[in-house]
Amino acid sequence: MSGQDALFEYLLRLGDNTLILGHRLSEWCGHSPALEEDLALSNVALDLIGQTQLWLNLAGEIEGKGRDADKLAYLRDARDFRNLLLVEQPNGDFAATMARQFYFDAWHYLLLRELTGAKDGRIAEIAAKGLKEVTYHLERSRDWVLRLGDGTEESHRRMQAAVDDLWMYTGEMFESDEVDEAMMRDCIGPDLSSLREPWLGLMRATADEATLTLPQPGWAQRGGKRGMHSEHLGYILADLQFLQRAYPNATW
Amino acid sequence: MTSSLTRPDLDQIRAWLEEVPDPEVPAVSVMDLGIVRDVQWSGDELVVAITPTYSGCPATGVIALDIEAALRARGLDRLRVERRLSPPWTTDWISEAGRRKLEAYGIAPPAESAGGPSVFDRLLRKPLTISCPRCKSESTSRISEFGSTPCKAQYRCDSCLEPFDYFKCI
Repeated sequence: MSGQDALFEYLLRLGDNTLILGHRLSEWCGHSPALEEDLALSNVALDLIGQTQLWLNLAGEIEGKGRDADKLAYLRDARDFRNLLLVEQPNGDFAATMARQFYFDAWHYLLLRELTGAKDGRIAEIAAKGLKEVTYHLERSRDWVLRLGDGTEESHRRMQAAVDDLWMYTGEMFESDEVDEAMMRDCIGPDLSSLREPWLGLMRATADEATLTLPQPGWAQRGGKRGMHSEHLGYILADLQFLQRAYPNATW
Repeated sequence: MTSSLTRPDLDQIRAWLEEVPDPEVPAVSVMDLGIVRDVQWSGDELVVAITPTYSGCPATGVIALDIEAALRARGLDRLRVERRLSPPWTTDWISEAGRRKLEAYGIAPPAESAGGPSVFDRLLRKPLTISCPRCKSESTSRISEFGSTPCKAQYRCDSCLEPFDYFKCI
């Protein structure tokens, strides 16, 4: 794989993570347990969609085939998406949404922090912009894990279930493949396994404070980064891409 | 057509931009907020560089249009509005005048420098004191870290009981 191809793949991973999670969060709009939460989830979704535009436009530029962020978001099929399995998992209850968010935000924060030092200035500047936003996402999702974990018997039960159920999707975040290795060689991205300890540190400290039990590291479900997705992604795309599929090239 | 003989100087152009309000917080201008990063002549074309406050802020597109419209109304017909990402926008760029206008408008201005503690430290410390923009009481509670726009959080004053927006540090 050429450096150019690897960079394109890497940017798709970054942009698809934020696109699919942003879309998932937008599904809460109008359905959240409280108005403030509706606003907050929409705000986080908006940040993630904004980051998606930056990543996918850059991906299209690197690819050089005339595709921009819209074309990449609306006109690829599930097999060509490169997001982590974690972000496509259904919203479930509020605890599941917040546990998924906390797992992702902590990893996203650590990854973007590394990417601010990328040798490619275009990547460093998007990472620096996104990092400021993700800092707030992380504070908030952690806060909810604490509140629900150390809350009522019911909220504790639900948060513990969410933390357990989503755990197997976190392993994929720390596994480097040939794309990640190419990025390390080109001084763009970090060794993903180096993010695991700081991530786990925050998870352990938070679980303790939230009176939750963190699952043991074990078997990890993987494949999203290579386009092997769970059945959920197809349904997301059916919703996300409907308009461009039904009315090709529609604009407004 | 603007020739180099008739082209207005940059201070004049900045003064005109002082009158372009932010579309979502109209009490402050795009200059007050530090969204306009640079104003330069490139030959006989004026280039205005703006930076988004948040990646997904929908106001950025409107701001570019408002700036263009305001300058065209002043007779500048060769101009380009550029989007600049780096260095990323920070609330430290909000001017003193901008902070006063925000507070008078009922939005508490950012309470500390954005270059403050890292997130891991922030998670563990006591929350910042945010004063009520209405009665100046320091007894306030955070309702939500996210408000009506990406740049704001929601607070409530425990003295006068009014809810208010806080322009959060970034």
